[in-house]
Amino acid sequence: MLFWFLTVLALGSALMVVFSKNPVHSILWLIITFFAITGHYILLNAQFLAIVNIIVYAGAIMVLFLFVVMMMNLNEISSPLKNKWLKFAGVISGCSLLLVLIAALKDTDTMQQEVLLNTGKIGLINNLGTVLFSDYVLPFEISSVLFLSAMVGAVVIGKK
Amino acid sequence: MSISILALDWAFVIEKMVLIAIVISVSLIVAMYATYAERKVAGVMQDRHGPNRAGPFGILQPLADGLKLFFKEEVIPNNSSKWLFILGPCLAMLTAMMTSAIIPWGGTVEIGGRMIDLQIADINIGILYVFGVVSMGVYGIMIGGWASNNKFSLMAALRGASQAISYELAMGLSLIALLMLTGSLSLKTIVEQQINSNWWNIVYQPLGFFIFFVCALAECNRAPFDLPEAESELNMGYHQEYSSMKLGFYLFAEYINMFISCTIIATLFFGGYDMPFVDESKLSGVTALLTGVAALFGKTFILIFVFMWIRWTLPRFRYDQLMNLGWKGLIPLALFNMVLTAAIALYTMK
Repeated sequence: MLFWFLTVLALGSALMVVFSKNPVHSILWLIITFFAITGHYILLNAQFLAIVNIIVYAGAIMVLFLFVVMMMNLNEISSPLKNKWLKFAGVISGCSLLLVLIAALKDTDTMQQEVLLNTGKIGLINNLGTVLFSDYVLPFEISSVLFLSAMVGAVVIGKK
Repeated sequence: MSISILALDWAFVIEKMVLIAIVISVSLIVAMYATYAERKVAGVMQDRHGPNRAGPFGILQPLADGLKLFFKEEVIPNNSSKWLFILGPCLAMLTAMMTSAIIPWGGTVEIGGRMIDLQIADINIGILYVFGVVSMGVYGIMIGGWASNNKFSLMAALRGASQAISYELAMGLSLIALLMLTGSLSLKTIVEQQINSNWWNIVYQPLGFFIFFVCALAECNRAPFDLPEAESELNMGYHQEYSSMKLGFYLFAEYINMFISCTIIATLFFGGYDMPFVDESKLSGVTALLTGVAALFGKTFILIFVFMWIRWTLPRFRYDQLMNLGWKGLIPLALFNMVLTAAIALYTMK
């Protein structure tokens, strides 16, 4: 029940992102899409992933998107995509991305497993932390150093 | 589907519903009287009386103000996007109320054979939930400011958003240091640890508390960080085009935010519902519960007073000063605090 509601919400608002004329409205629809995906994470009992999705994507990145769009003052009349060939190329690349994703996911063993609703414990923060700091410690540390350097870089650029 | 509905624990649902209703009405009442307290505190600071006409000591002033806002004419500007214009204050109010869900207001009490927790939801991610909701709070300001179709509102909204994002970073970093000590994200566990140990977390994390407090001031858009509502340069701020109860919602959400963030600071750093110098385990169930609630509210009100004290004492920052403080002052300080805490925690564990 809830799953279908969230799925319809996610797909519907994702379509609205593409079809709405006003870029600010597109971004607001995208935020709703992120919320629906967060709902899916909660259904999978991945609470940490859900809240990080809200904080990082819906809370920070989308605010920056909104920020830029509001600053550029795009309005409904000026649609940036006028070129037909550009649209055509966009459709082709989108379809090929879909094809690649389906091909990659078709043979993974997650398809064979039953979805563990509300019973999977891997999404809880204790287990996630243990896995991150034991099995994936190197990639985790490298990416955290990357984020830290990005933050320091922002401050350095700001100081100039 | 029907079986799973019948299988619900209805007493549980009713318990939580009652708790939600109580928490929301209490936050509304506290926010209401915070407006009154703010004006009284301002009066004392500026050597005048403050509101004293409506009822004894002006105690009915918030009711009079609310009534006035309700009966004002509702104006929606012609060139605004109507739905977003309405959505803005709704979001601001909604996010302000939602954070209260994970605060433990008191201990556990047994009523009619049921153990009742004075906490709406003790979720696994705990304090991160607050961060998620707070980061949503920015949209109330941004959508409202943009939908007004007014340059001043837009500027104020952009200021508000950039300020909130910048200070959220330092806030999160200062919190990491605290979480290293507690080892749990659940607010209930954090409070219980403080009750069982000798000291509150403020003793272990004075620098973390300072950073968190400053960031909380900025997140609530309180002076000296009230740049989104800097009336001398922006006329009035992001809610310039709003009137009647929509304006009331924005103003009210600010006070609810202040109340909730004071409660969270009290919970994280001042022992939550832990009454100092009293051993709760020796008191009987209901007495212990009531002392706990009273202790939490006492701490919260003291913190709210400090918020007001700061507002009526310090002048407003300039925008570049605000950004400098956030990015070059608080974030390095919070990083330093984090590394220091990690080192000490590692050293003492050995």
